[in-house]
Amino acid sequence: MTPISQAIAQTVSNPYLIQPATIVEKIREADDIATYRLQFVDEQVRRSYRFSAGQFNMVYLFGVGEVAISIVSDPDKPDSLDHTIRAVGRVTRAIAGLKIGDLLGIRGPFGQGWPLADIRGKDIVVVTGGLGCAPVVGAIEYIFQRRSDFGAVRILHGVKTPHDLLYHERFETWRQHPDTKVYLTSDRADKSWQYHVGVVTELFHEVRIDPARTAVLMCGPEIMMRLGAPILIDRGIPATSIYVSLERHMECGIGLCGHCQMGPFFLCKDGPVMRYDRVAWLLGSEGV
Amino acid sequence: MAESDQPGHREEAHTNRARPRLGVFRFASCDGCQLSILNLEDDLLALGQALDIAYFPEASSGMKPGPYDIVLVEGSITTPEDAARILALREQAATLITIGACATAGGIQALRNWADVESFKRAVYPSPQYIQSLGTSTPISAHVQVDFELWGCPIDKGQLLRVITDLLAGVRPRLFADSVCIECKRRGNVCVMVASGVPCLGPVTRTGCGAICPSMGRDCYGCFGPTEGARTGPGLPPNTASLANRFHQGLRLIPIEVVRRFRGINGAVESFKQESEAWERKT
Amino acid sequence: MVTASDRCGVLPHADFQRLLNVLTEKGYRVVGPVVRDGSVMWETVERTADLPIGWRDQQEPGRYRLEQSGDDRIFGVVHGPQSLKPFSFTPREALLTIERSKNSFASVPTLPKSEKVAILGARACDVAGLAMQDRIFLRDAYADPYYQARRNSMFVVAVNCTRALTTCFCASMGTGPGATSGFDLALTELETVFLIEAGSSEGNDILSALAIDPSSPAQIDEAEANISSCAMNQTRRLNTAELPGALYEAHEHSHWDDVAGRCLACANCTMVCPTCFCHTVEETPDLTGQRTEHARLWDSCFTQDHGYIHGKNIRPTIKDRYRMWLTHKLASWIDQFGASGCVGCGRCITWCPVGIDLTEELSALLKPSIRTQQKPGQV
Repeated sequence: MTPISQAIAQTVSNPYLIQPATIVEKIREADDIATYRLQFVDEQVRRSYRFSAGQFNMVYLFGVGEVAISIVSDPDKPDSLDHTIRAVGRVTRAIAGLKIGDLLGIRGPFGQGWPLADIRGKDIVVVTGGLGCAPVVGAIEYIFQRRSDFGAVRILHGVKTPHDLLYHERFETWRQHPDTKVYLTSDRADKSWQYHVGVVTELFHEVRIDPARTAVLMCGPEIMMRLGAPILIDRGIPATSIYVSLERHMECGIGLCGHCQMGPFFLCKDGPVMRYDRVAWLLGSEGV
Repeated sequence: MAESDQPGHREEAHTNRARPRLGVFRFASCDGCQLSILNLEDDLLALGQALDIAYFPEASSGMKPGPYDIVLVEGSITTPEDAARILALREQAATLITIGACATAGGIQALRNWADVESFKRAVYPSPQYIQSLGTSTPISAHVQVDFELWGCPIDKGQLLRVITDLLAGVRPRLFADSVCIECKRRGNVCVMVASGVPCLGPVTRTGCGAICPSMGRDCYGCFGPTEGARTGPGLPPNTASLANRFHQGLRLIPIEVVRRFRGINGAVESFKQESEAWERKT
Repeated sequence: MVTASDRCGVLPHADFQRLLNVLTEKGYRVVGPVVRDGSVMWETVERTADLPIGWRDQQEPGRYRLEQSGDDRIFGVVHGPQSLKPFSFTPREALLTIERSKNSFASVPTLPKSEKVAILGARACDVAGLAMQDRIFLRDAYADPYYQARRNSMFVVAVNCTRALTTCFCASMGTGPGATSGFDLALTELETVFLIEAGSSEGNDILSALAIDPSSPAQIDEAEANISSCAMNQTRRLNTAELPGALYEAHEHSHWDDVAGRCLACANCTMVCPTCFCHTVEETPDLTGQRTEHARLWDSCFTQDHGYIHGKNIRPTIKDRYRMWLTHKLASWIDQFGASGCVGCGRCITWCPVGIDLTEELSALLKPSIRTQQKPGQV
């Protein structure tokens, strides 16, 4: 049948192929959360693999299946890939039992990451909640690798309880960069907690913002973005300067399986990072 | 589960330590689900290598005491003795899986739940006073915590094999709760309800059987139980009320026929039970 | 519609077998509608007599019946439950076999073997559905190689519709009842002859090999008239004027509760839809743990797992799922793929076990919501 584009037919590669990768390090983050540092078995793949901050991989466990996990490592060091995984579903619980030297599979990277080139030169406000901070970790590392290319950096991170604080060391390291402030808050606190108590949006008051030159990176629970973004817009930040990383069930990573739809968007392909003004109407909408 | 968490290292795991112990126990049932295990044939041999089949009277005379890593329970609870026995068995089971409609939902014998069991006893037995029987047939989950439920009358042997394979690999089994219709359409069947007007329960029945009945041109009678579990809630599947209305108004079933559709092998499951009782009030 | 050109010829009914023979000689397995289990299904066809001669279908919401037509038309049956979708996007497609090696594993693609298949009797709505599936599976960097392999081996023989079912509304969707593109050959069944039009160079080859008489202007006029009257006879229509916006705005409409009361969430509508593309991936390891198969299966937005996201379901209720389906099909689809996801074939109406009709549901959703009409305090 001729009507199909012959051009496409010649160039298709197989987007379903899975590349084996070894767990070279496993860092326990919490009872049910660990960061897995992976290295491709195939050296050529290791050399050629590139990703940008905010993209994700389909992580595969032999005989069990795949799960979409954002890449949390520094995009400048693509030979070691970090994925922070919470044991919550069928695949991730099985992955939790793995140890150093065990094998996973990788397909990716997929999706649109943070628009780091577009926000060069701006002040950066990062707003995150819980494990939702994972997709933005790579972006923060990228920014600090090029510290002079960006203005002030303000990192606002909220957790439910002190127990839920991940990447504690990273936050302490980030704090030491010039013109950088890290604000931590917990909805509930205990005696050990030396930071703010309350929800993350309360931290907005602590941050001085020059709206015209600020870009906001948000990720975490959808409700945090739905309630948080309008407050920032009230402070004068244009909706087009706010970026959110969204989450839906993903199976294929290439916009074909249909699961990751949010309104007209396939979050695996159009996202997971979306400009806030494009998705504001969908946030908090029941069943979307 | 006592075995390795690493699926890929399964073989090593099995040689390095004792094989997980399997027990198969029967309560009130017909043996059909246990027969499905025997019907695994070649795969049963592979299973016997991966597992220590410690207790399975239907298959072997060797009956070793617990504890067991995996216990498969066939049948429902209909006697005081069995009600006590299942409590003791739960203590011996690391993972307890019900196999079949009787164990999972009470089975066809749960029809007694709408009847007077004492009158049955008097009609059947010359000395009914010696018959110890409960007034009801209840699923295992009404007595003890159940880890996984396999539906069907009988179970699908492939599904059982997959569940055991997953458990051996340290993986939670994936059991679909979608409608039979999905499997039926994937198989390329013509819908018996739409094209032949027969009252098929497929739209509200859980997948897993491979849509056997519609593939043979007959209506599904719900032996895999309701979609998405026994619990019901407003606006959640299965929408038995809409299907029952269609049976009555579209396919011209009289209310007692609608009652019988829902009060079958899985008639005691909450959603099917509510539906049959609603239509019983209309008879 | 039918174009007067040298790519058009006439084949007498009595000679229909010649078309089957030529296709077979050119290496195609011919598949066509065959009567089975009270409907027609796509099956291999060797002789004209295998086709549903003398039958026609009556379709209405939730009901399908075949009946004797009283004539000897070959294509009196409009369609069965499946469009062309299962040929290119199969219900189950093995993607990879993955085998363990010493310290690694290797995934091997299981691309389908190409088998040339000629599908005889596709309707204009089916052809439109296939074009939409092409847009979905072949559109950009991630063109699907499995779909592509199957698609490239398909030869489509469309049959223009001259009889409308009560469930048909392709005219209002602009997809039929005549096929205008996307086919290799298109037939129009007239009283004693078939008008045959080629739509591709492969189609032209077949037409040449048939060595049939050219069509007369009168025959082309007759075909045009029959197709037009078929369009006029369609009683259903989908009101697309305000889409996609109107459905986005109807997100909180009271009518969703009404349709959710009837919907079974059984997914039949999505299984028969020519354009629905959702699928899930199934992993099937063997007992040795050394080898596993990675396959995709038709899935549906009506399943519990579809809206699953780390430990919860974002679409737990039937209302959520029906709203997802209809809003996607008729609204967000336009944003995603530049056209409606509905081709007007009416299958979701016929094959819904309780006869839910999307054209009526949309009409109700475009009317003011009962909830929004209420004044505060009113019950």
